[in-house]
Amino acid sequence: MKSLGSIRRSFAPWNDSSAKPYISFKNVTKRFGDFTAVDDLSLDIYNREFFALLGASGCGKSTLLRMLAGFETPTSGQIILDGQDLSQTPPYRRPVNMMFQSYALFPHMTVEKNIGFGLKQDGMPKDQIAYRVAQMLKLVKLEKFASRKPHQLSGGQRQRVALARSLAKQPKVLLLDEPLGALDKKLREETQFELMDLQQDLGLTFVVVTHDQEEAMTMADRIAVMSAGKVVQVATPAEIYEAPNSRFVADFIGDVNIFDGNVVSSEGGKTQIAVSEDLTIVAEQNGSGPASGAAAFAIRPEKVRIAREAPANPGFNAVKGEIWDIGYLGDMTIYIVKLASGQTVRASRLNASRELENPIGYDEEVWVSFDDNAGVVLKD
Amino acid sequence: MTKLSNALFNRLVIAIPYIWLIIFFMVPFFIVLRISFSQTAIAMPPYLPVFSLSDGWQGFWDNIGQLSFDNYIWLTEDALYINAYISSLTIAFISTCLTLLIGYPIAYGMARAPTSIRPTLLMLVILPFWTSFLIRVYAWIAILKPEGFLNQFLQAIGIIDDPLIILNTNIAVYIGIVYSYLPFMVLPLYSTLEKMDESLIEAAGDLGCPPLKAFWTITFPLSLPGVIAGFLLVFIPTVGEFVIPDLLGGSSTLMIGKTLWTEFNANRDWPVSAAVAIILLLVLVIPIAIFQNAQAKAAQQ
Ligand SMILES: Nc1ncnc2c1ncn2[C@@H]1O[C@H](COP(=O)(O)OP(=O)(O)OP(=O)(O)O)[C@@H](O)[C@H]1O
Ligand SMILES: [Mg+2]
Repeated sequence: MKSLGSIRRSFAPWNDSSAKPYISFKNVTKRFGDFTAVDDLSLDIYNREFFALLGASGCGKSTLLRMLAGFETPTSGQIILDGQDLSQTPPYRRPVNMMFQSYALFPHMTVEKNIGFGLKQDGMPKDQIAYRVAQMLKLVKLEKFASRKPHQLSGGQRQRVALARSLAKQPKVLLLDEPLGALDKKLREETQFELMDLQQDLGLTFVVVTHDQEEAMTMADRIAVMSAGKVVQVATPAEIYEAPNSRFVADFIGDVNIFDGNVVSSEGGKTQIAVSEDLTIVAEQNGSGPASGAAAFAIRPEKVRIAREAPANPGFNAVKGEIWDIGYLGDMTIYIVKLASGQTVRASRLNASRELENPIGYDEEVWVSFDDNAGVVLKD
Repeated sequence: MTKLSNALFNRLVIAIPYIWLIIFFMVPFFIVLRISFSQTAIAMPPYLPVFSLSDGWQGFWDNIGQLSFDNYIWLTEDALYINAYISSLTIAFISTCLTLLIGYPIAYGMARAPTSIRPTLLMLVILPFWTSFLIRVYAWIAILKPEGFLNQFLQAIGIIDDPLIILNTNIAVYIGIVYSYLPFMVLPLYSTLEKMDESLIEAAGDLGCPPLKAFWTITFPLSLPGVIAGFLLVFIPTVGEFVIPDLLGGSSTLMIGKTLWTEFNANRDWPVSAAVAIILLLVLVIPIAIFQNAQAKAAQQ
C-alpha cells in the first residue's frame, strides 16, 4: 500500500476563500409528490476531493447523487459542475459516472462487456478497451470471472463489477452509492485504501454515499452528515468527531454521552452547566454552545476517566456512580456507570497493560471525571 | 401428514398437466394421425379402415395393413397444398411482424406509464375480448367495405375520390389478424418490459449511451423473451387461422385453414384434411422445438 502522503495533509481547499468549488448545489430542493426528499440544500465540493455523504436510510443521499448524475431533476435550485449549470445537460453528456446502489449491471452481458460498456460508447479502440478492462478486473480481483454473466456472481462480486464499471471511464467525478456495502470486512478495508489511492493517483473527485461512519472517516477528506433532506454539518472527519455542531451529529457519529442541563455562567472562556445536584460541568466555550438557557454537553467515552479515588475537585466535571455493565473488547474495555441521577455514562479505557489483578468490577463505586476541554457544549 | 403423503401430493400436482395433455392433446392427435393414414369412403365415419373390438387380433392386423401414406403423397403432388402452406406461413409471418411493430410501442408505453394507471391500461388491452371474436371480425367488414366507414371518412375529408378496395384482399386479412391478435403480443411484451429494472437504462445513459442506442443495446435484447413469446402466440394460431381469411380475405387469399375447411366440409375428405392438419402441426412444432432446445442449451452455458 502506498503512503497517503503529505499532499493529503495539506489538502484543504474549503478553507481557502479563493478556491472555487468544483460541484455546487445551490438551494436544491427535490420533491416527490408532497414528500420532500432533499430540502433547500446547499453544498460545495472541491476538485480532487474525496467527499462522503453520511446519513440514516431515507435521508436523501441517493436522491442527491441521482440529481448530480442527471436521473432526477431538482424541483428547484441549481447544480453547478465546473462552472456550468447542469440543468440542460442530459445524463449521457455529463462528465460524471455513478455506481448504483442496486449495481444495475446489464444481465445479458458478461462481466467484461459490462465493464467495457462505457468505453465502447466513447468509441475507444477494441484493444485499448481490452487493456483497460483487464486493469479494472485486476483492481477488483475478478480476473477469473471476466466471462461470467452477473447472475453467476455473488453479491459482493457483483458490487465489485459495478465499481469497476463506474471506474473504467475514469470520469472527472465519480459518484459511489454504497460502494462497499456487500463486501466482507477484509476486502472492504482493502478496497477502501485502493479507492483512496486511485482517487489520488488519477486526481478524481469522489462523492461517496455510505451508511458506515467508520468507512466515511477512513476515506473522506470531508463528510456531510445529512438528516431528512438537509445537510446538518459538513466538516473533516476529525472535526465531525471532535466538534459536532449539534446533538444529532454527535449522536450519529460514534458513541457519545450527553449531559443535559442549564447554563449557569458563561465567562472567561468557560461555560458552566448545572446538570444535577452532584454535577456541574465546566467546559471550554466553543462555537455551537449557547451563552444561557438550556444546553447539552457531549463527551466521547474515551475521554471519560473512571477511578476508585475521588478526584481533586469533586462535583465539578466529576461525579460518583456505580459500575452497571462492563464490556471487554480485548483492546479496550467499556464501562457503563450509573450515576445517582439515574443517567448512565459510557467510558472506555484502553487496555494498555495486561492488568489482570484487581480490575474494576461490577457494582463497584467509582468516580467519573473528564477535562474541561474534553467535550463540546451544544444547543439543547 | 407425513413425508410420504407430501411426496404423493407433489407428484399428483406435477401429474395434472401431463394428464391434461394426454387427454386433450395426445389422444386427439393420435386419432387425427390415424385418420390421416386411412382412405376416404362413403360411409359413416367417412374413412376406412374402421377399428372395432369385434374384429379380434386378426382383424386388427388386417386393418393396420390397410393404413398408408397415400394422403401425404397426394399432398405433395398437388401444388395447391404446398402453395397454401407457403402462403399461410407468409401471411402469418408478415402479420405477426406487423403485430410486433404495433404491439411493442404499446407495451413499452404501458410499462413506462405511472404505476397507478397500469391496471387500467391492461384492462383496455383485454377489453376487446368482452365482445365475441366473430362479431368483431364482422365489424371490420362494415368498416372496410367499399361503402364502409373508412372509405366514407376518407372521401369526406377529401383524401380519396374513389373508394379503396380493401375488403376481400390480403390487406384486409392483415388488418383483421393484427387487430385480433394484438393483445397476445402486447401482454407478454408488457410483462417482460414491466419487470425490467429502469436503472439499467439509467446506467447505460450514465456511461455515455444516448437513449435510442440504450434502447437497442439494453431494453430490446432484454425484452427478447417477451418478443419470442408474443411472436409464437400470434404466429402459431395465425398460420391455421380460418375465420379471418374466410370473412375478410378474397378468393385469391390462400390459407391452409381455408383449404382444410374445404377438404373437411365441402369434399368430406377426412383423411386428406387430417393429413393437412398433421403436416401443419409438424411445420409449426419442429422448428419451435429445435429453437427451444437451442435456447435451453444456450441458457445452460
Ligand atoms: N421516485 C421516488 N418517488 C417517491 N419517493 C421517492 C422516490 N425516490 C426516493 N423517494 C423517497 O425519498 C427519500 C430519500 O430517498 P433516497 O433514496 O435518497 O434515500 P437514501 O438516503 O439514499 O437512503 P438509503 O440509505 O436507504 O439508500 C426516501 O424517503 C424515499 O422514499
Ligand atoms: Mg440510497
